[in-house]
Order: sequence, then structure tokens, then C-alpha cells
Amino acid sequence: MKLEDFLYKKSEWLRGTGPKSNIVVSSRVRLARNLDKLPFFNWAKPKERESALVAIADATSKSKFTKKSLFLKMKDVSEIDRQFLVERHLVSPEHVIDPEYKAVVVDEKEIASIMINEEDHLRIQILQSGFNIVEAWNMADEIDTDLSKHLLYAFSIRWGYLTACPTNTGTGLRASIMLHLPALVMTNQIGKVFQAISKLGLTMRGFYGEGTEAIGNFFQVSNQVTLGHRESDLIEKIESIVDKLIKREESTRNILMVKNKEEMSDRIWRAHGTLKSARIITSAETIKLLSVIRLGVDLNIIGGIDRTRLNELFMLIQPAHLQKIEGKLLSAEQRDRKRADIIREKLQE
Amino acid sequence: MKCDVCKIREATVHLTEIINDNVTKLHLCEQCAKEKSQEMEEHFGLADLLSGLADLAPVMEEKKEKSAEVSIKCSACGFTFNNFRKMGRLGCPVCYEIFGKQLSPLLRKIHGTDSHIGKTPAKKDTVGDKVTLISDLKARLEKAVELEEFEEAARLRDQIRELEKKEKKEGKQ
Repeated sequence: MKLEDFLYKKSEWLRGTGPKSNIVVSSRVRLARNLDKLPFFNWAKPKERESALVAIADATSKSKFTKKSLFLKMKDVSEIDRQFLVERHLVSPEHVIDPEYKAVVVDEKEIASIMINEEDHLRIQILQSGFNIVEAWNMADEIDTDLSKHLLYAFSIRWGYLTACPTNTGTGLRASIMLHLPALVMTNQIGKVFQAISKLGLTMRGFYGEGTEAIGNFFQVSNQVTLGHRESDLIEKIESIVDKLIKREESTRNILMVKNKEEMSDRIWRAHGTLKSARIITSAETIKLLSVIRLGVDLNIIGGIDRTRLNELFMLIQPAHLQKIEGKLLSAEQRDRKRADIIREKLQE
Repeated sequence: MKCDVCKIREATVHLTEIINDNVTKLHLCEQCAKEKSQEMEEHFGLADLLSGLADLAPVMEEKKEKSAEVSIKCSACGFTFNNFRKMGRLGCPVCYEIFGKQLSPLLRKIHGTDSHIGKTPAKKDTVGDKVTLISDLKARLEKAVELEEFEEAARLRDQIRELEKKEKKEGKQ
């Protein structure tokens, strides 16, 4: 398998078919692990970084879960392709800065990926479509258990899995759920939701943009605490809180449809009109409008577009994706034109 | 030279403060310097808080101990506690042991507790680890009962039971 194969393939997490995919875009579980007897990556000397890389590469080539996966050394990947991996959520933005001794392992469906030598030696990630956090945890757990047969992890009975940053110590588990909450934003409830979430030991962030000024009404909810709770309890907690958020969003959508149906449908069709007609468009504007159209699809105001195609558009309109489709480097202005072309084409289909 | 603040006692502490290219020189006596340093510490305390790493060192500790803490060095990787204060990251797994005393309150602050329950790796080096853990937990249980923190006590009790059960099971095998 090659990196190029990913371009026109839809990532599994963008299928848009998982449970509650009208509101939940994706569920992600990440486990932070480090090797015993070696300094954490940022404090390690080049030789130590190299030996962590070699040991983990060897383990992933033996594990039944990863032996068929694509293995990429970050330094062998071009600048655009690194960005491409970031846009597909297979590596973090930090992972592409200073690529020496860093690698990533990606399975064919892009569900499982392992960053090698990020802040921690291993960051095992499972990314699933829809509200699927339990399944994501189970998969991450299995891969982790299997890898731990080949590697000696830094672990203390008292503090659990030891990580470079004490905010990850213990389970090393971060569960994140990406939600689309346009109705809660339209009705000004999102600020309250932010407050409530933070009191419950979870954090909420705008997925695009900062804080409550999130572009496109996408939010990521994740656990803040990693120590002193069982993994299954952490997962259960985030699951039950997100479940409440989903119900709230759903009921608000229903109220909006009863009370403001005309305004809603006007807003949605205008967004559709702009995207279908624009010749030059920035990614921020695109995300904002696609979010509105997504709501229109969920509420059956707009027919004939499925969520998978919309999800795919969210992916394709990003800078590295546009440039890979075009097969060359593009300036910001050129990208805005290319983006508008692709959107028109995809919405015509 | 007389102290700039009280203008009575002899100045023995000389401070140079640079804020946005403005250089201010201060000559202080010991007593006024102490007051000034408290003021500065509060100032820095705020910065620490903002960076999310407040009170890396226990508040009640003596100042002398504090400066000693900063220079504690990890025997395995050479990382100092001061490095940690600056970077918010640790050097290696052994750092957790070396800075244990300083990390415990921080971990409690972040996570509400400083002891792990949950998954353990398939392969691990834990000779004698469990015995120390149980005795450590028992000590904490006693303390919790003493402080009438019954919820915490119940949690610790369950944890000890579970560990002892596991130990028995492993012993039989």
C-alpha cells in the first residue's frame, strides 16, 4: 500500500454511517505509551531516539494488527504529504515538525494509526465513524495489549503508564468525540454546555477555530483526567455525557423545525446556493457553509446529498488535499479557486 | 547606602528589574527585600497558574527546601526538577520516582488522585512492586480514616482488597 492510495479513498471515520452520525462525526481513542529504560522523546539523544524507533518498528512488524500496515518514516515523506497526514487526522500537527526519528503506522482502512516518537514513544490511535467510542477503546486496548508483548513499557504500579507530560499519566487514555452541534449554537446554549462540560472533568474545544468561536459548529469533547479511573469508566463517562449532549441537540433541532422552519430552510438553501455558485472560496467560509448544509441534510430539508459526500468534502477542501489532487503546489489564491471548483463539481454529482 | 524603601536600614540587596526595556535599580535592606520577594513570588505564581502548572512544589514547604528541590536531578537521564518547571514535561520514566514527592501533589491537582487503577501491561518489571504498593495504600487508608475522608477510604480499601486477591491468586498458580 502507498500513501497515494489514500487520496481518493474515503477514510473509514468519514463514512458518516456510524451510530448517531447525524450529530457525531467521529470517535477517537488515543493511548500514550513509552518504552522503559529510555528517556522520553524530547529529552532523548539521537541514538536513543533511533533505538526507540527501531524497537517499535520491529514490534509493529510482528503484531498481527499492524504487520500489514503502511509504515512511513516522517523524514521520507514530502512536506505536502506530511500535511496530508495531518489533515486526515493520522498524525498530530506536532508530529510533522522536525521529522527526524519520527514515524507513523497506518492501517489500510485508516482506523488504526500509531505515531512513533511523538511526545511519547507511542501514540496508538483508533478513529471510528459516528458514536462508537466503546468499540474504539476495545480496538485500541487489543492493539496495545498485543504490542506490549513485544515491548517493555514504562509502567509503575502506583502511577500507571508513565508519560512525558503528567497530564497523560495513568491510563494514558484520551477519548475524544467530534460533534456537530449547530442547533445548540444557533440557540445560544453552547456557552452553557461548555461550562457544564468543564465541571464534569471533560473538556470541550472548537474543532476548527478557537474556543466558542468554533467555525462550522464542530466541537471536540474529551476526558481531561487520565489517572485514578479505569479505562472503561472513563469511556463510560464520556459516552453518557455525550449521549446527553446528542439528545439536547436533537430536541433543539426539533424545536427549531417547529418554530422556525422557514428561516431554517432559507438559511440552508442560501448556504447551498453559495457553495454551488462560488468561484473563489476560503476554507473557513466553506466549513461554515458545509456545516449549514449538513444540518439541512440531517433535517431532510435538502435531499440528494448524502452525509458521506459532505464528509468527504470537508476533507478534500483542505490545503494539502487540494494540492495533491492538483498534483502541484498552489498558492492560497489558487487554492481558493480550486476549492470552489471541487465543491461545485461534488455538489452537482 | 540606605535602603530605597524604608530609607533607614543599610541596603544589602541590589535588584535590577527590566520591564519592556525600562531598567529600574533597587537597593534594599534585608527586611524590605523579603517583602519585595514575596510580592514577586505572587506575581510569578500567577504566571505559573496561567501556564496550567501551578504549585509544582507543595505550598507548605520551607523556602530552603524549595531551592533544593529545583536542583534535584534524575540519576538516569540528568533531567532536573527545574527543567520540568520550565518545560512541563519529564525527562524519562525514572524521573517519576526521583521527583515523586514533588509530582504527587501535582498529579492530585490534575487528576484528583495520584494512584493508578486500570490496565497493566502484559510484560512488566514489577519485582516487589506490589508489596510496596499494598503497604503504601494501607498507610494512606489509615490517614484517610483519620481525616474522616470516608469516600477515599472506601476506594482505597477496595483497591487493597483487589490487589490482595490478585496476589493470592498468583501465589496459588
